[in-house]
Amino acid sequence: MTVREKVIAIIAEKAVLDASDVTLDSSLDALGMDSLAMVEAIFAMEECFDISIPFNANDPEEGRFDISSVGSIVAAVEDLLAQKVT
Amino acid sequence: MRRVVITGAGTVNALAQDVPGTLAAMAAGRGAIAPLAVADVDRLSVRIGAAVRGWDAGAHLTRAQLASTDRFAQFALVAAAQAMAQSGLEVDAGLDVGAIIGTAGGGLSTSDAAYRAVYAEGKNRVAPLTVPKLMPNAAAGQLSMAHGLRGPVFSLSSACASSNHSIALACQLIRAGMVRAMLAGGAEAMLCFGGIKAWEGLRVMSERACRPFSRTRDGMVQGEGAAVFVLEERAAALARGAPILAEILGVAMTADAGDLVAPSQAGAEGAMRAALADAGLEPAAVDYINAHGTGTAANDRTEAAAIRAVFGAAVPPVSSTKAMHGHVMGATGAIELLACLMALNDSVIAPTIGYEEADPDCDLDVVPNVARQGEVRVALSNSFAFGGLNAVLVVSRG
Repeated sequence: MTVREKVIAIIAEKAVLDASDVTLDSSLDALGMDSLAMVEAIFAMEECFDISIPFNANDPEEGRFDISSVGSIVAAVEDLLAQKVT
Repeated sequence: MRRVVITGAGTVNALAQDVPGTLAAMAAGRGAIAPLAVADVDRLSVRIGAAVRGWDAGAHLTRAQLASTDRFAQFALVAAAQAMAQSGLEVDAGLDVGAIIGTAGGGLSTSDAAYRAVYAEGKNRVAPLTVPKLMPNAAAGQLSMAHGLRGPVFSLSSACASSNHSIALACQLIRAGMVRAMLAGGAEAMLCFGGIKAWEGLRVMSERACRPFSRTRDGMVQGEGAAVFVLEERAAALARGAPILAEILGVAMTADAGDLVAPSQAGAEGAMRAALADAGLEPAAVDYINAHGTGTAANDRTEAAAIRAVFGAAVPPVSSTKAMHGHVMGATGAIELLACLMALNDSVIAPTIGYEEADPDCDLDVVPNVARQGEVRVALSNSFAFGGLNAVLVVSRG
């Protein structure tokens, strides 16, 4: 599985959807994810990729981790993975 | 109906290890949130809290008490001793005096130490009194033994509403005539590695400061401590010449039946309205609100909207003292009730410190940063907890 596929699988599981219903331009709101589901998804990504994601539920829009769409989350995770390698 | 008054108060918290010191800190707007010194702090992302510094349990407790108590029960014992000394309540062999002590985590540092021993250090033994120290009812049981309380004695757990629930329920036991007096309040000591790590997981903690109602707020900060009150039936208290610190006019205990963690405006509104109805008061009678005010984005926005909805055009001053003593979880409502006593008896309204910028979503007079002089005849204190559990108290001058 690619990073994109894994991130989509994690988000789909927490949103209780099929992966086929989650696209890169989906917003989390549109997927019906509340803040608790988001916190759980972030944790699952950290465990899956062995990374540490800077995310505070108090300011999700202003955080250092862009959660405006599934695509932005994939990109942010890829960034963190790239930083980990270097 | 039998009326209920407060005749004694005691506390140990990060601001001070007694009531006068705590009120002095609140009046001065002096906060106690600081870098933490717990084991493995370098593995925590949240490294600040309002810890009780220089805690010397041996200065207050017997050797037997020391050996058999977690930190949270030690705080409760010392706070209760202060409250009993102030009240002068006499307890005989009857079954008509008890204690309800709220706690969210019980003896969490005892659990933490035992888990560390067996998991991290590979030991095969834990301390013999691990269970009687960690059990959530330990503080209440210790108070019973220390003061000879033979009536209803138990712990109550409703997360961050635990101590308001405890005080509300104790008040109802007195109103019902089941007891003549109760010790009631809360105790919490969660500032250990496991306790902080668990909160980190929820991603609602600030790594910097607690700034309730400020646009720049970014989460809550944990505190620790206890506050315990002596509650008595009013006529009996007056007859024995007891100091009357306040009357508990109204209480409400309600639930949102909604989300496990997200606050509910309707739930908060309902609880405040129910407490006012129990007190037989209109909202306009309230001169000060001690808010739940955790400093999270969601709580403060939701609570502000609920307060505006209940109080309409005449919202009284509202402050959150959590920016000073931290969020003391199962003890927080009890410690915050001290701010209400100060407002009633000293006409000093505790400030919301750490306040930087107005938030249009929290359009309240939050008494920013500096305490205010002002006559307060009636105060209302909010506690809203995970689980969607609410407990609100309305108090007046005695």
